[in-house]
This record gives sequence, C-alpha cells and structure tokens, in this order.
Amino acid sequence: MKNKAILEVCNSSKSFGGVIANHNISLTVPEGEIVGLIGPNGSGKTTLFNTIVGTHPLDNGEVYFEGQEISSLRVPEIARLGMLRTFQQTRIYGGMTGVQNMRISSPLIHDSNFSTMFSGLPPEVDERSDELLEFVGLYEKRNLMSGDLSFGQQKLLEFAMALMNEPKLLLLDEPTAGINPTLINGLIDRLKLANEKFGITLFVIEHNMRVVMNLADSIYCLAHGEMLAHGLPDEIQNDQKVIDAYLGAS
Amino acid sequence: MSTTSTGNTGSTNPLLYIVILAFGIAAPFVMPAYIQQVSFLWIFILFALTWDLQGGQMGYNSFGNIVFFGTGMYVSASTQVALYFDLGAWNESGGENTFIHATDEYFIGLAAGLVLSGIVAAALAAFLGSGILGLRGQYFAICTLGLSVAAGEIAAGIDLIGAGSGMSTPVWPDAADSVIERGTFFYILCFMLAVATFIACKYLYSGRFGMVLNAIRDDEDKAEAMGIHTTRYKALSWTISAFFLGISGAIMGNIIGFIDPVDVAFTGATFGVWMVLMAILGGKGTLWGPVLGAAIFHIMQELFWTYFLGWQRVALGLLIILIVVFLPQGILGSLREHFPEWFGHRLEPVAVEDEK
Repeated sequence: MKNKAILEVCNSSKSFGGVIANHNISLTVPEGEIVGLIGPNGSGKTTLFNTIVGTHPLDNGEVYFEGQEISSLRVPEIARLGMLRTFQQTRIYGGMTGVQNMRISSPLIHDSNFSTMFSGLPPEVDERSDELLEFVGLYEKRNLMSGDLSFGQQKLLEFAMALMNEPKLLLLDEPTAGINPTLINGLIDRLKLANEKFGITLFVIEHNMRVVMNLADSIYCLAHGEMLAHGLPDEIQNDQKVIDAYLGAS
Repeated sequence: MSTTSTGNTGSTNPLLYIVILAFGIAAPFVMPAYIQQVSFLWIFILFALTWDLQGGQMGYNSFGNIVFFGTGMYVSASTQVALYFDLGAWNESGGENTFIHATDEYFIGLAAGLVLSGIVAAALAAFLGSGILGLRGQYFAICTLGLSVAAGEIAAGIDLIGAGSGMSTPVWPDAADSVIERGTFFYILCFMLAVATFIACKYLYSGRFGMVLNAIRDDEDKAEAMGIHTTRYKALSWTISAFFLGISGAIMGNIIGFIDPVDVAFTGATFGVWMVLMAILGGKGTLWGPVLGAAIFHIMQELFWTYFLGWQRVALGLLIILIVVFLPQGILGSLREHFPEWFGHRLEPVAVEDEK
C-alpha cells in the first residue's frame, strides 16, 4: 500500500437475529485508489456498506475514516465528513428536476444554520451542476422530472449527485447493475475519470467481473459474511477459493 | 391557468398578483354583505398553504395542524382578557359578560394576543415536531390525528379557559366604529395575514429550504445519506406553519367571538380535514395549488350551503370523494402531468433523440 488509508474497517461484525451477515471483516481502502468488493449474492456486501456509513449500528468492531472512529456516528454526520454512498436500488429525488437534484446535493447544504437555511445558493453551484450534468451526459434533460428518466439515466444522475457533493470517499453499490451494456463502458470511463480528475477514492461493489477487473486497483472478496480473499485483480481472478465461492464448490 | 407557475420552476404572470390584490382590496367595498365569507376565504388559503408546507412539499401528511390554530385562538383570547382582568373570573361569568374592554385596552390586548398566539403555536410545533417528526408516512398521519383529537379534549378539561362550556372573546368596542367597522378591521387582518403567508411560502420555495423539503418528500433516506440536516428542516417547516396558523386562530376567535373547544378551536373534522382537501384539490406540492384549491373549495362550500341546505354535508362529502378519485394530483398537479412543458420541464437544448 503506497498511500495512507482513508477508510479502515477492523473486525466488523453484524448479525440480524440468527443470520450472521458480516463476521470479523477487516479491510483497508487507501486514499486515491479504486477498491473493488465482490462476492456472491447474499455474501454481506451491502450490509458491510450499510454498517460503514452508519445505517446499521455495528455489533462489534471499529470503522475509521481518515483516522477518526466513526462507528457511533449517524448517517448524515458521516456523509458530512466526506464519505458518501450510492444505493443498489437507485435513489434520486423523483419529484424534482435534474438541476434541482444536483443543486440540493451541493456540499453547501451541509451547512444549515438559521441564516443559511433560508438563503439561496451561489451561482457557482449552478455552474458546477451544469458541468457535472454534462459530464454524465444528462445536460439536455436537466429540466425534466428526474422520476421520468430511464433507470440508467437515473443511475447516472445519482452518480453525478454524488460527485456534486464533493466526497473524499465514494461507496458505490453496483453502479452498473441494470445499465445497458453499451453505456457501461462510458460509465467505467467516468468512474476512472472521477477518481483521477476529482481525486475521489472509490470503493465499489460490483457483480460484473469484467467491470471490476478493469476498474479496481485491488479487490476484496466476501463469501458467507467472511472475508475470503484480498489481492490485485489478477490474483483474485485466479484464486481457487474465489472461483469455488462463485461456482458453489463445496 | 397556464400562466401560473408551480413549485420552484417557471415564473408567474405579474398580472395575476395585481388581480388578486385588487380583489382583496376592493372586496370590502364591492361586496360588504359577504365580508365575513371573503375573510374566511383568506384564512382558508392560509390553511391550505400552511398545510402544504408539510403535506405537499415535505410529504408529511399532517392531520394535526388544526392544533396550532386552536392553540393560537386560546392563547390570544386568554392574553386579551388576562392583560386587564382575572381570566378565571371572566370565564366563570360565562356569556353574561360583566367585563368590558376600553377601546385602547381592546386593541393593545389584541395586538399582544396576535403576537403571542403565533409565538406559542410555533414553540408548540417545535416541541411536538422534535418528537413526532421522526415518524414516517402513515404513522405520522395517525399520530397527528390523535393530537388533534386530544387537543380538543384537553382544552375542554381546563377550567381556566372555560373548559367544555367555551370562552368568549372581548367585545368589540363600539367607540371604534367611528374609525373602522368590526368586519372590515378583521377582514384587513385576514387579508394581510394570508398575503404574508403566501410571500413567506414563495420565498421559502425559491431557495434551498423548499428544495430540502422536496428532497425529504421524494426520498428521506437519500437526503440523510447526502448529509442533509433533515430533522432541522422538518421541525422548522412545522414551526413556520404553526406560527401563521396560530395567528389565524387568534383572528378567527375574535371574528366568531366565542371559542368552543371542539366546534370552533380544535375543529379536526371540518377545518382540519378541509385544509388537506383544499391543498389536494388545487395541487399539493405547488405554490399556487393550495390558493386555487382553497378558493374553489370555499366557493363550492358556500354554494352548497345556499342551494342544498340540509344536504350540504352530503354534497361536500361527494365533492371530497370526486376530488380524491378523479384529481389525486389536484388541478395544477394534473396540468403538470399532462403538460409538463408549461411548467418548464422540457428538453433543452433539443438533444439527439434517444431512449426516454
């Protein structure tokens, strides 16, 4: 690891009733890299995301973001620190236009005291919003109700909203799921560009092997709630344990 | 209607403002016989606008906003009386009022009552809101419904404010008639308050406040995940509604002159439901929808009273059913659905035709 860790998870465990979703998971996301997280369905990937960003309290273990222990913080507090997640089921504000979705995602909204809550937003926000809508190719549709956009376009909008928020670390839950294969290449390019150009560290859950092998600097593999393997894409691809987990070998 | 804008997009034809303001100013001269009906119209517009601040813009359907109306009514009446007399003795004397406010006492008391009613109602909303705004969807609706029922019962149990037998407000001083008539005076208050509420809403919806409310309505979990202080905005939205509702209650109490805890103050079954319907009829989640809805609803209601006397409740019930079945999005909401380009939702600049 050449860079210092931006996110560190130490021995995190989470169970729902008798179901152990995560058991003693430890991982490190180095600053400025793209880290992939793979695993068969039900292996606990989304649960891990939810515990990291504070949706589910941890049973035990610690989460450090930029060296700060955050496992007791609430979702919005963690988001304001600069760690953001997108959702597997795309979530945008469907009753608002694309532009409004972008404006409301500005990090300026994080500052909410009595004087700022009632004010407008400076013109820089609009400029940035236009740039990012252009970046994901939704500029022409910026004044349409975002609920009327296609699923793939909503995914792109959600991604643009995340970028608008200027996070330090972005957790993406299956960014390419449900997206037309021809659009996927464009999305990979944009993810890489966001990482290089805007300096955002990415931690990506992805089912599509081609995508994750292309994208990630290193990959973690979960199975049955346990950390199965960690390594470079090539190593993971040829790891017998990973292959067994995916193909269901006993 | 195509010139009116909704929510945060588009612009409003200034002619519309001029027409409405002209109507508001001319009404007491042109139709003095209907001055109380028009006063109520302004209050109804306020009801619909303040309800929509939660129900339409924020997606929190409140059936309890009437609590702030009734609270304001009682706070104002109590203040007006208690400034000069003993509140308990006033209410014990019942309808046979032996206490008379002098002209200056009346107006100073009223001014203090109006201000305090807004402040107390707002404080109550902030307090209640910090607790129950954590509830979502139908749980919030049921909880607020409970609040509105409970409030009437609680008020009916407090002897100091007249308990179940109600409370009368100070009598209008006859000496003031030489300056302004009672009906005209309260009409002006209603009109000014409705205009102030509209301006407040318009201002709120034009900035980040309205956007945050919309974000909460569309997906509150997402809003939290984006780092928005959702609780703060939710509580503040309710507080603002309560402030205006409290003052409107204070004015209504004085117009009617007698406060019954269940039939006048905490009227959950009439005003409490109507404020929801008016906003839905016009188009919830829009700025002009509640105004339009309140106007139509009020006119229909008065017509039913005039032409279907005896059946007016049935006719009103039928109207409610028709609204919910055929116009679930409301008038402006349906227009926006069918003609999105009127509201600025169009492709621009024209893009290459691709999958939609």
